[in-house]
Order: sequence, then structure tokens, then C-alpha cells
Amino acid sequence: MQGLPEQLANGLILGAMYGLIAIGYTMVYGIVQLINFAHGEIFMIGGFGALTAWLWLPDGTSLMVALPLMILMAMMCSVLVGIGAERLAYRPLRGGPRLAPLITAIGLSIALQQAIWAFYPGAKKDRSFPRFSGGPVEIGGITLQRGEIFLLIAAPLCMIALAVFVSKTRTGRAMQATSQDPDTAKLMGINTDRIIVTAFAIGAAFAAIAAVAHGLKFGQVSFRMGFIAGLKAFTAAVLGGIGNIYGAMIGGLVLGLTEAMATAYMSNVPGMQQFGGGAWKDVWAFVLLILVLLFRPQGILGERVADRA
Amino acid sequence: MRHRSLLILTTGITAGAMALSACGSRDDSGGGGDSDKTTVVIGLDAPLTGDLSALGQGIKNSADLAVKTANKNEEVKGVTFKLVALDDAGQAGTGQQNATKFVGNDDVYGVVGPLNSHVGESMQKVLGNANLVQVSPANTAPQLSQGPNWQKGDKKRPFDTYFRTSTTDAVQGPYAAQYVYNEMKLKKAFVIDDKKTYGAGLASTFKKEFTKLGGKVVATDNVNPEDRDFSAIATKVKNSDADFVYFGGEYPAGAPLTDQISRAGAKIPVVGGDALFSGEYISLAKKKAEGDLATSVGAPLETLDTAKEFMKNYKAAGYKLPYEAYGGYSYDSTWAIIQAVKAVVEENDGKLPGDVDDARKQITEAMNDVSFKGVTGDVGFDEFGDTTNKQLSVYKVEKGEHKPVKTGTFEE
Repeated sequence: MQGLPEQLANGLILGAMYGLIAIGYTMVYGIVQLINFAHGEIFMIGGFGALTAWLWLPDGTSLMVALPLMILMAMMCSVLVGIGAERLAYRPLRGGPRLAPLITAIGLSIALQQAIWAFYPGAKKDRSFPRFSGGPVEIGGITLQRGEIFLLIAAPLCMIALAVFVSKTRTGRAMQATSQDPDTAKLMGINTDRIIVTAFAIGAAFAAIAAVAHGLKFGQVSFRMGFIAGLKAFTAAVLGGIGNIYGAMIGGLVLGLTEAMATAYMSNVPGMQQFGGGAWKDVWAFVLLILVLLFRPQGILGERVADRA
Repeated sequence: MRHRSLLILTTGITAGAMALSACGSRDDSGGGGDSDKTTVVIGLDAPLTGDLSALGQGIKNSADLAVKTANKNEEVKGVTFKLVALDDAGQAGTGQQNATKFVGNDDVYGVVGPLNSHVGESMQKVLGNANLVQVSPANTAPQLSQGPNWQKGDKKRPFDTYFRTSTTDAVQGPYAAQYVYNEMKLKKAFVIDDKKTYGAGLASTFKKEFTKLGGKVVATDNVNPEDRDFSAIATKVKNSDADFVYFGGEYPAGAPLTDQISRAGAKIPVVGGDALFSGEYISLAKKKAEGDLATSVGAPLETLDTAKEFMKNYKAAGYKLPYEAYGGYSYDSTWAIIQAVKAVVEENDGKLPGDVDDARKQITEAMNDVSFKGVTGDVGFDEFGDTTNKQLSVYKVEKGEHKPVKTGTFEE
């Protein structure tokens, strides 16, 4: 098991990113039972927002100075698109058949992707994203990129902030109430519309942070990056138990680790040589998803809910 | 179980959406032409959008330049050439649709393109059945001209309509192996490919020659061409004791791959084929591309006397994007079609045969004898439709530019 600690770190870093995006899926699903397929594109737009902020700054600005501004800009773009999507695309369909908003979400996802492709200058090809200068950092024999350290700090901070928000604040508790029973929550005087918007906004803000981390890690953003990332995050949300915010993070980590381990070691397993390449990592990730859905359909941390037929 | 069936449905719809969003092309063909002159349309198929658009646009502009030059000089009396470019976005299915469109258009007498070998594979069948000649400036997969069993020595030309001005991976991979082993003295390779017709073929011909020379392949791996996360493979590369990485693939994945390998702490070069020989590779990987090598077909245009005029004219024409790796080949491919049309017109008392099928057939036959001094040197085709010009070059990334380090002809 050559290089195991490093491969674990690779998996955790990738998983933390999936997890951050997955929170947006899971929160929205938990409250309105909608799989917001445009969430991947909200993530992608965050990346382009951060890039725009960077391009506006004068040449030679240090990334350390620029980063807060880039994060802010990414969050603004993502949250605006998230709230706009809720208001214009999903709210008119609320109460309708469940399939309608799902199809709208897919349409919105393609529309947002194509909008960036068509109107963002130079977005028809991958755009390069600023990165921290200086080489990798060695921590206990593990080589880490500076951009990855950003993610390793940001992901737990976001989780703690979210946990505190949900359990300690009024809005957070209202959110829990709405997710349990929207009608009763409304009778208790909770403005459920506002809660739903908040869920969309928080999910979008987290996706924006993930997008900045994605840009710093890979050094590029592209109009297509939301699709695969969104699909992976959706998988992470289902793995962890869709609707459960801690599950989203755990699902992300499990997925990231599976991908890293499959790429690194699957070819060492006897009889598996031909399935060992990096090209197979998605296959193993989805095999895992199928296994979880077969044996624990509610996901790792999900609770079994009675089916409302 | 509504909850679960919704998930399954969602997954299905997603897969469909993925397939759909990959399609879609733009059709900018149009009629028109002089009344007393015959219009001969040359179809062009290349990825004009998407990841590989830098190379595709260079191909399109260079073909456009050839057509304009032919019209200006009245290369073929009584014939006006017109270029109709279609976008394949690097997708085999779209390329096949474009080929069908060309076949259906009675003004099209020849097709230039495509860039990708897997697209070429799907197009040549359609064009072959219609006897419509095709000259690719960039397909390098050997089986396109020599049949699927070329590696076993059983060479058979699958389509008489298929020609190319670029040499094949059958020599490109081995040429890189010889250079790395003999001149750089690197003995241990980590071979990665992207499983596409081009990438996998290149990697396998490289491996074969490299082990034959005495080199050792310490590990192999593969990636998805649309992946951008290679951290796990980069760590594997770092922990292997390879002297260099050979990558059979294209720059959209190659650039992040070399970047992540060097960020993981492996200070070894990445060596690849002509699909890494692009300015985009360097601009995406930035400083991490320094020291990487790419082989490419032909000699560097800058060193060829025959290319000086092309480069001057290209500049004068004011195209927004550079001609890139295949510009010269694209110009020569287009020019070859123009020459074949010329030969047929001269045979037929100054005009093309009235019957389209007949004309297309004659042009295809004329292509076998086409021979001229092109941008990239002497242009001509052998019995498989491959170029007779088998020059290759090795380029190294130095100070943010691909600098030619060696040019020669491959010898077994």
C-alpha cells in the first residue's frame, strides 16, 4: 500500500469538496423534497464569480489579499443565481407534481451552463484560475498544495458554522421545523417561503466556497465543471442520506476516498488489473452508490421515513 | 416507493441530458455562386468549439486561406472554390452527422478534416460509401488507413476515399521512445493514456518501441479525457521511481495532469504526442509545463522555406487565432483536393463531369496521383492514402514556448 497516507489525503480533500457541494442538495431536498439539479451550475457560477473578481483587481495583487474578495464575489453570484432560480423556476411549480420541478431543474442546469458558454468572455475553453505561489507544503510526510489547505480549513469551518446555525438560531430551528412538517410549521407562524429561500442561499454559498477551492486546486474553471461535480455531489448526498446535512459531508468523504483508493490500489487486487486505471474511478464510485442503495436505501446517516404514497 | 423510483428516474434523465448536451452543432452552409463559373464546395470538419477549438480554428483558417489563394490565382480555370465549415466539437457522432450533410450536398466534392482520429473513424465510412474524398490534416491513428490489424503486419486499406497529410502514430510513439531512450538517457517510463483511439494507440506504440530498446515501463494507468482531477495518479507517479511520464492523450487533460504531477512533488517531464503540441497546453499548465516534451508530425514550419509564404499570408489575412499545430497540414490537405479537382477538370475539357457521383469518383481517383510542393514539404500519398512525407520533430517546453529540439525521419 505504497503512499497510503497521501492517497488518503487526496481522497479526503476531494471528498470535502464533494461534501461542501452536497450540502446544497441535501438542504433543499430536506425542506422541499426537490433534487435541485441546477446546483452543480450554481457551483460553476461561483467559480466564474471568483475569477471575475480576480480579473477586476489590478495586476500583481497578492492572492492572499484577493482571496476574501473572490470568495465574497463567488458567494454573491452563486447566492443570487440560487435565489433567482428558486423564485423564478421552482416557486411557481410548488405544490405541483414532483416531476415538474425536477425537469425544470435539468432545463435550468443546461440553460445556465450554456449562458456562461455563450456570454462569459473566453469561457468556450477552460479559463485559468489564480493559484497560490510557492511550492507544496509537507506535513508529516504528506505533500499538500496550498490550495488544498484552503479547502481543508474551509470545509470544517463551514460545517461547524452550519451546525451552530441550524441548532442554535431561530431561523435554523424554523428550518428544522419546516423540514419536518411544512404545513404545521406554517400554522406555528413560520414564514416557510423565507425558510426555503434561506436553504437555497446557504447551499449556494457553500457551493461557492467549494468552487473557489476547486479553482485553487485545479488552476482552472470551465463552463462544464458543474455537471460532473454536481453529479458527484448528488451521489454524495444520496450516499450520506439525502436530507441529512452531516450525511452529505460523510457521503462526500466516502465518495472521495473511494475514488482515490480505487485509482491507487484497485490494480493491486488480484484479478482486477484491467479495472484498475484512473478511468475506472467513476465506475467504482457508482458501484458503491448502488450497493448502498441496495442494502441501506436511506443512505449512511438517513432515517427511514414512512412513504407518503 | 416513490422516493426511490424518483432517484432512479433522476439518474436516467441525467444520463440522457448528458448525451443531449454533447450533441448540437451549427450549420452555416449557404448557396450562391457565380453564374458562369462552377462552384466547388470543400467541406471542412473540425472541433470549432469546445476543448480542442484552438486546434480546430487553426485548421479552419488555414483551409480558408488555401481556398482564397486558389480563387485569387485562378488555380483551376472556371471553378470557384468555397469552404463550408462544420463543427464536430470533438464528438464522433457529430462528425458522422456532418459527413452525412456533406454527402447530401451536391456541391461538395471533397472534405478536409477532422482533427480527432475517433471522429475520422466514424466519418470515413459515410464518405467512403459516397465516394467523396477526405483528406485529414491531423488524424494519426494508423488503423484509419492501414486497417485494424496493422500492428500484426496485415495492412489493408479500409477506404479508398481516405487520405491524410499527417504521418501516423505508428511512427510518432516510437520516435518519442527513441529520442527519450537514446538521447535523454531516461530508462523508466510511467505510461498513461486516455483510452481514446488516438491516445491508447500512441501509448501502445510507444511502449512497444521503448521496451524493445531496453527501457522499462514501471507502471501504466489510464484516465478519462474529461477528468481534471488526477491527484491519485499524480501520487502514484511520485511514488513510482519513473524517470518520466509518457501521456497518450490531448492537452485539455494533459495540462492539468502535468501540473498535478509536478505539484505532487515529482520533478519528472511529461512526454506526449502532437496533441500536447499546442500553446494551450503551456497556457493551462503554466510553469509546470517547463521541460515537457511533445512530438509532432513534420518539421517545424518556422524552419521550412516552403512555409514562409504560408506564414506571411496567414498573418496578412488577419485571422484572430494562430494556425496552431495543423495549420500547414490543413492548408496542404485543402490544396491536395484543389489539385485533384484541377486534374479532373483538365481531363474533362475544362469542366467537372455533370454527374456528381461520377465527378466525386474521379476526384478520389485523381487524389492518388496528386503531388506538389506544399507548406509542409513534398505532398503525395502512398498506396494506403498516407503521406509520403514521414518527417517528425520533438519539441521541448522552454520559457513558455515549444522549442524544436530534433527533426528527422523515423527509422526502425
